[in-house]
Amino acid sequence: MEAVLNLIIEKYNYWIYITLMMIGLYAMIAKNNLVKKIVGMNIFQTAVILFYVSTGVKKGATIPIIEHGHDVAHQAVRAADYINPLPHVLMLTAIVVSVATLGVALAIAIKVYHRYQTLEEDEILEQIREL
Amino acid sequence: MKTLGLIIVGLVGAGLVYATIDFPPFGDPKSPASLHVSPRYLEKTVEETAVPNAVTSVLGDYRGFDTMFETTVIFCAGVACFLLLRIPRRRSSGPRQYRHRLTGLTFRIKEGGEIFLPLREFEPVDSIWTPHDFIIEKVCRYLIPFIQLFGLYVIAHGHHSPGGGFQGGVILGASIILLSVSHNLRTALNRMGEKISALFSPVGVFIFAGTGALCLVLGYRFLDYQALAALLPGGPIMARSHGILLVEVGVGMAVMGTMVWIFKNLASRGRYDEGL
Amino acid sequence: MSEHYPALLVILPLLASFFISAAGWLRPVCCFPLALAALGSSLLVSLGLLGDVISGGPVSYWMGGWPPPWGIYYRVDYLNALVLAVVCAVGFVNLIAARPSVEKDFPEKAGPFYTLYVLFVTGLLGMVATGDAFNLYVLLEIAAITGYALIALGKGRAALSSLHYVFLGTIGACFYLLGVGYLYIITGSLNMEDIARLLPPLYESKVVTVAFAILMVGVWLKMGFFPLHAWLPNAYTYAPSPVSSLVAPLMTKVMVYVMIRMVLTVFTVDFAFLVLRLNEVVVWLAVIAIVMGSLLALAEKDVKRMLTFIVVAEVGYMVGGFWLGNQAGFTGAVLHILNDALMTLCLFLAVGNIVHVNGDSRWESLPGLFRTMPWTMGALVVGALSIIGVPPTCGFFSKWYLLLGAIQGGHYGFLVALLFSSLVSVVLFFRIFEIGFFEPFGASHGSAHGEGGPAIQEAPLGMLVPLWMTALGLILVGLYTGEIVGRVIRHAVPGMML
Repeated sequence: MEAVLNLIIEKYNYWIYITLMMIGLYAMIAKNNLVKKIVGMNIFQTAVILFYVSTGVKKGATIPIIEHGHDVAHQAVRAADYINPLPHVLMLTAIVVSVATLGVALAIAIKVYHRYQTLEEDEILEQIREL
Repeated sequence: MKTLGLIIVGLVGAGLVYATIDFPPFGDPKSPASLHVSPRYLEKTVEETAVPNAVTSVLGDYRGFDTMFETTVIFCAGVACFLLLRIPRRRSSGPRQYRHRLTGLTFRIKEGGEIFLPLREFEPVDSIWTPHDFIIEKVCRYLIPFIQLFGLYVIAHGHHSPGGGFQGGVILGASIILLSVSHNLRTALNRMGEKISALFSPVGVFIFAGTGALCLVLGYRFLDYQALAALLPGGPIMARSHGILLVEVGVGMAVMGTMVWIFKNLASRGRYDEGL
Repeated sequence: MSEHYPALLVILPLLASFFISAAGWLRPVCCFPLALAALGSSLLVSLGLLGDVISGGPVSYWMGGWPPPWGIYYRVDYLNALVLAVVCAVGFVNLIAARPSVEKDFPEKAGPFYTLYVLFVTGLLGMVATGDAFNLYVLLEIAAITGYALIALGKGRAALSSLHYVFLGTIGACFYLLGVGYLYIITGSLNMEDIARLLPPLYESKVVTVAFAILMVGVWLKMGFFPLHAWLPNAYTYAPSPVSSLVAPLMTKVMVYVMIRMVLTVFTVDFAFLVLRLNEVVVWLAVIAIVMGSLLALAEKDVKRMLTFIVVAEVGYMVGGFWLGNQAGFTGAVLHILNDALMTLCLFLAVGNIVHVNGDSRWESLPGLFRTMPWTMGALVVGALSIIGVPPTCGFFSKWYLLLGAIQGGHYGFLVALLFSSLVSVVLFFRIFEIGFFEPFGASHGSAHGEGGPAIQEAPLGMLVPLWMTALGLILVGLYTGEIVGRVIRHAVPGMML
């Protein structure tokens, strides 16, 4: 029991990202409204971002801006003092990608709305079947 | 669909939980992610690129190639929204409304109706009438210049503090969007027209890719900013720092232009007359 | 200059896309020539690169001058040099054919259309050339976002189909990203070869197993591997014809390449075939994909929609061939990436011509087409023979290698599926030819044209030339199969499979 509790406490960020991701995935599969699906998609992508950022954390470290100035410039830098910058860089990319996907998805949703005058998927499918 | 969704979510979630058992503990400084590639970025960033902010140096230089395509993704999204939504302007679509600037009275012109108003005294109003709020308009009017100044600071100071092209570009873009939300879309369009925002994004990405190509022309590898030492003062290390700055400016322009462009297309559904 | 080829390959179309976008505002006439010049030069570079690889072995290029694993690098070896050339060639040929339909269907949006077109090809080229797992994700998203927008440009259900593609494509891309993240958390590296070097001691770890599973599911979603193909038929059917003839030949093939690259270079063959022992399972999945794709194609009464299900079946060929895990199967799979891209291009271009002239591609519009559009239908016959696998065309040779692989691997289920699918293709295409050749004109056509038989109503020359270039390409590639296999593909086969 204690081992399980330890496991949960030791990795709490990872449990949160899994939960978020599953919420997003469920919304994308099960929701009927297209905009809700798009929101689910965004939650899904954000979960991946949370995962990556969590991998960059080091306990007791600070943000990855090297202390500088004219007097401390030549001191050796200890990597353990600063958190890992790489996941942050990668996630900047992923954020941009998720914004871009969101924009395109919304634009397509507007086109869908233009044509069917609704965003409920079952109503749209009914209209298609009637044709 | 609901049961299927639950089954899939259950399966994927179980898989992810199963993998998490073998993860290194959260925040462990001895995890492989913290020991293998990333230490070099932290230890050498000042020495190799003269940029103390490791995120900026990795973003702009070590993995600058990724960042170039990331900016291209934004550009793609802008072009995509334009391609899908933009409707070429049509004349006299539906009734229009005008407000007399001094008295606040609103006039409605029927469809196809012609009016001869002294346009300086009247302004067009959205068909779904939005309240004309003096306080919000004025406060935003005064805030926006400071927001934009801050955006420029964030771009320029990305080498030494949190910030950079993306963040600054978003702030700049948001300032134009705030103008459009607090006033109306036409005001924003007068400040930053469609063509301007549509040209800002390719020009911004072009600055990035062009800097890289310039390095290639100067005989180095693509995006190897050392090459810029031939054109800029300060030696190869400072040239990297300057190269990153150049690239960040391009990113800022592209992000600002595209944000505004996407917003205009989405908010007005491609008609560019009114929205929000 | 030739040492910069890997970078130029991607940079030239990328830079051109900005000019095309600006020209769309300032001088719309320049858009098409710019796009043509960009993809043409890219094609030349890719051929030069292929020559370099054949004569001097794999080429790598450090972006920004940073050594891997710190920087990003491009690596072109025997496997991807071939795929790069195919991607460039298909993009270039299809661009020529796209012009008449763009001018007919959306002339005022030519600027953004060509911008996205060129960016799509750029994304695919980058995906194929890169040696960095995260860089691949970014380029994947470029190809995906431009693909969504181009598909949504179609009429009717296109927007809805594209939105479904957005959802499933995003799930696929995020799964890929998460898989790369798992590899990163356990190895600390993003460089493919570096990961491969660090992985062997970690094979027992649950993280690697799940990373592999999630990566494969993500890639399969993107390529439309059978149970995950739901988005593919609608998206490809309702897209405008120049877009379907671009996306259908390239996207699935490049994703098959990504799968092969991931297994070969990142996880290594040892892990996939010896530690996980997944090959049996995956080949059976491929068998199901081939059989189901063929059966679903039989049920369709629209040529374009039928072709999309053939694409689903062909994905099964390549996945199955690769996972057979022997030399013949691997050769067949890689050769089929090349052949299938050309075959699909040929068929979709032919259907694009029919749609351009007739307005749609349902069976009702087919009667009498051999008389009114002899050139288009002639090319369609060549493409169909290649899909069926008739000797002088290239389709025969890759199928031959795949069959050989199935026999060597003792996998008779796959063998039967291949033969079954070929038979179904025969039925599918001969039904079309029968309607097009023997059925007389319907009332809608006949009366208008009077006594002397129907006049020839061909597609414009700008669409026929690329179509016949592709059709002749099918035969040429078929004739030179020995060269391609001997000089290129044989060197790409991993040691374990020999």
